[in-house]
Amino acid sequence: METKNELYKYCLRLGDDALILGHRLSELCSKAPFLEEDLALTNISLDMIGRAQAFLKYASELSDNFITEDDIAYRRPENEYYNHLITEQPNGDFAHTIVRQFFVSVFEYHFFEALTKSKDKSLAAIASKTVKEVKYHMEHATDWVVRLGDGTEESHRRMQIAIEDLWMYTGEFFEMDYVDDILLSAGIAVDKSLIKEKWMKEIIKPLEEATLILPAYTHMQTGSKKGIHTECLGHILSEMQYLQRAYPDAKW
Amino acid sequence: MKTTNDTQFDLWEVFIQSKPGLPHIHAGNVHASDAKMALQNARDTYTRRGEGTSIWVVPSANIRASNPDDHEMLFDPSNEKMFRHPTFYTMPEGAKNI
Repeated sequence: METKNELYKYCLRLGDDALILGHRLSELCSKAPFLEEDLALTNISLDMIGRAQAFLKYASELSDNFITEDDIAYRRPENEYYNHLITEQPNGDFAHTIVRQFFVSVFEYHFFEALTKSKDKSLAAIASKTVKEVKYHMEHATDWVVRLGDGTEESHRRMQIAIEDLWMYTGEFFEMDYVDDILLSAGIAVDKSLIKEKWMKEIIKPLEEATLILPAYTHMQTGSKKGIHTECLGHILSEMQYLQRAYPDAKW
Repeated sequence: MKTTNDTQFDLWEVFIQSKPGLPHIHAGNVHASDAKMALQNARDTYTRRGEGTSIWVVPSANIRASNPDDHEMLFDPSNEKMFRHPTFYTMPEGAKNI
């Protein structure tokens, strides 16, 4: 397969998004604002870690080395992770957790819907399963955006701050590089330029309903496609990879 | 049934249908601020292992319960009416789902 290397990288990007945000959400286990929300967030976390496993397993099959999905997840250095910067941002207060999920899930819904039409059968199959899960994540986050934005003065204030803080990480969603371009011409990857308009339309509506506004700044952070991350990722990895590094090949 | 120091959302009773055609059975309750959140919380709390095909939620305040003091009046009289149980029929051979 001519596009094997690009496809491997594509799988890492999709797997890493799910792995890192899934890990972030798992940090909320037993710490969410109330019991039912604790279950909802960890449920979303589990969906994402399952998705990470599927993509990283596929990546391990494409790799020339004899590696498993666990090797990929737990033994890469920070600069070989390709998750979007937004997925590694801290949970912050509940507003930050929700706004991050809202921006990501609306994007993922349209992305995976498009990926179901991929000519690569494995990607299309994972996408079909994912799109059902993400539809729920999107609905859950969107409802909270409206509730909190149009809630009390305090919840509105916190939501507006979260939007200001996280907006700069949304530009990355629509970046295309050589990996995207090569796979797109092979009918495998998603044309993200087509998603941008849908994403914008779909986030504006609930934000308006929630009386929230988009920031005035236009500068966007970038780097994850090259493995350049914010300071947050190293801290996640040090916790996530601790066991494999302290006890390589540990089994239980 | 709200107490003054309860800072949680309202209570909703949750009913889950395990297969189409079967009755919705009471599964427990969840806290939620509105019906939509109640449905989502019920889904996340009670159907994570493939238990359900349909969910009903009802505000707990709208449930009317029988008074425990009326227990004798309501339920004891049926105790001695064995003829109301369909136990006097012999099962036809090969009959299923009775």
